[in-house]
Amino acid sequence: MNTDAAGLGRRRAVGFVLPALVLIGVFLVFPALWTIYLGLTDYRLTGLAAADPQVVGADNYTAAIGDDRFRTSLWLSVQYVLGSAVIGQAVLGFALAWTLRDRRGPVRRIIEGLVLLSWILPSSVVAFLWIALLDRDGGTLNALLGTPGAAWLLDHPMLSIIVFNTWRGTAFSMMLYAAALETVPPSHLETARLAGASALQQLRDVVLPRIKGHVLTNMLLISLWTFNDFTPFLITAGGPEGRSEILPFYVYTTALRGGQLGFGAAVSFLILLINLVFALAYLRLLRTRDRTRDRDRGRDHGDGGGAVSGAGPAIRGTAG
Amino acid sequence: MTISLHGLTKVFPGGVRALDSLDLDIGEGEFFALLGPSGCGKTTLLRSIAGLETPTSGTVSIGGADVTALPPGRRDVAMVFQDYALFPHMDVTANIAYPLRIQKVPRARREARAAEVAGRLSLSELLGRRPGQLSGGQQQRVALARAIACHPKVFLFDEPLSNLDARLRLEARTFLKRLQDELGVTTVFVTHDQGEALALAHRIAVMDAGRITQVGTPAEIFRRPATTFVASFIGSTPMNLLPGEVAGGALHVAGAVLPAPPGLPDGEEIVYGVRPEYADLSAVPRDDAFPGTVAVLENLGTSTLVTLEGGGEDGDRLVQVVVPEGEDPPVGAAAWAVPRPDRALVYHGDRLVHPA
Repeated sequence: MNTDAAGLGRRRAVGFVLPALVLIGVFLVFPALWTIYLGLTDYRLTGLAAADPQVVGADNYTAAIGDDRFRTSLWLSVQYVLGSAVIGQAVLGFALAWTLRDRRGPVRRIIEGLVLLSWILPSSVVAFLWIALLDRDGGTLNALLGTPGAAWLLDHPMLSIIVFNTWRGTAFSMMLYAAALETVPPSHLETARLAGASALQQLRDVVLPRIKGHVLTNMLLISLWTFNDFTPFLITAGGPEGRSEILPFYVYTTALRGGQLGFGAAVSFLILLINLVFALAYLRLLRTRDRTRDRDRGRDHGDGGGAVSGAGPAIRGTAG
Repeated sequence: MTISLHGLTKVFPGGVRALDSLDLDIGEGEFFALLGPSGCGKTTLLRSIAGLETPTSGTVSIGGADVTALPPGRRDVAMVFQDYALFPHMDVTANIAYPLRIQKVPRARREARAAEVAGRLSLSELLGRRPGQLSGGQQQRVALARAIACHPKVFLFDEPLSNLDARLRLEARTFLKRLQDELGVTTVFVTHDQGEALALAHRIAVMDAGRITQVGTPAEIFRRPATTFVASFIGSTPMNLLPGEVAGGALHVAGAVLPAPPGLPDGEEIVYGVRPEYADLSAVPRDDAFPGTVAVLENLGTSTLVTLEGGGEDGDRLVQVVVPEGEDPPVGAAAWAVPRPDRALVYHGDRLVHPA
């Protein structure tokens, strides 16, 4: 079979992809390798080690893994991802998409508009809104609930940022699931209804098997995004006493505030590895799906893999 | 089970009146066709029997019981959709047994039942396959098997043959008719193909604009179409429908003078209908024939469809005649189309007045 469909020839084909490859090399591959290198040194923001960093081998990694604060951060990040992405955004997004699937007209447009609004507003604006909402003294939530003086951000910092991120990110899942539900043929749902299937049985037997690929893609993307999310720093700054210090905050405070760039780079690399594990686990789940027709969707997950490297610059940004 | 519809009306949001106060009775064990052009409401009618559409007013009864308010799952009907609606992630056994699984029939029993039905429809070799690995005809039989497996009171088929290619469609048609005959279950099917309706059904309802124009056996509908709409819709070649006038006790139609049925006063306008199969071609002038020039010849295999173009003031008037194999006239020749009087139809005010 002729693999050169465009008839370019090897030389010209290389010419076409070279500029893109150079850009990827300079802005993605090199910083990634640089982060790995920095993670092996005692490079600091200021002082002697800033001028002349020494290679310290795996010291940064052993220090991080031995650090209670790192392990707490990791655990908080897991809670954050499970709570706000997997349970919050995915479940709520699906519920909204499912409820609105047959609705047309103003109700649907208003709900979609509100959900989208929370997604497209700039992070700093949204963070300010939530501080205003949850404030101890003049907060809207306390006024609504009649609980003056309840310090939500101090008493429940993790819950606050989980609810915050659920609110912020549900739009993506809702839109993705709404598009996925469009692919379920009405005749399949009607066949199930004629057989007497309840709404839950229709979901189990008709809808979920058909949109499984979409569900996994969505899970992959929102898990990675949430794991690397820095926005809630604007609300709790990881406090109080580090009780909401998820991993991106931890890197930021140690690397930039604490000046330990080498250590920060090492933790960034660990985050990258965790992301990779996430991605590989999802990809494996997708591969084990038995239908050949889903090969196309497997390709979507190639893009999901791109999100791993896409997540890289944010991490490396903190190190470099 | 009998099906009886009374005053059934369905108005969709936006004001489209898909069914207009429709009454229909379908007998026990009958194979019943709903026939009509797209948008005539036939599918809405089928879906109303299934319970997938809620009528705006009117009632649906199955086996004498009013089911208008019952959800689809409790009406004990099975439907085969145009796209078959097989679940791609389930194998053939699981697809056939799906309604039984919802009814909580134990696995062993429902799989035995699936295998039994599959055997009947020659699907035994395919029980472990997924729908994606089946041909169109096999998928259709799996969909039928799923409908049969749960012993419904009524079968509903939505364009059951339209996704098959032409040759397979004929085989599937014969198969379907025999199957329905053996099962003896009341079956309603929707089709836009008049040939399919004539071939399969015991009785046909021809629908137009949300109403039933005519109900009858295939022979009745073919021989005595109640209106010019039915006349033009039924038949594999379109019927010649020619406007004419009663004068001097005879019909003057497109250059021909034909005997008038009794009871039509002079001066009345009529429409004269004759199928191309029921007209003969004459090479010599005749008074009781439509004159014209041979314009197009279409070979139908065992016969040829000849299109005559009217001369003079009826320049755009076309008359079609079917001539036997090998008797094709030359194109451009003058010819006369002679209708057989015993097969001619006369409509007055869009009502059939002859044969009475």
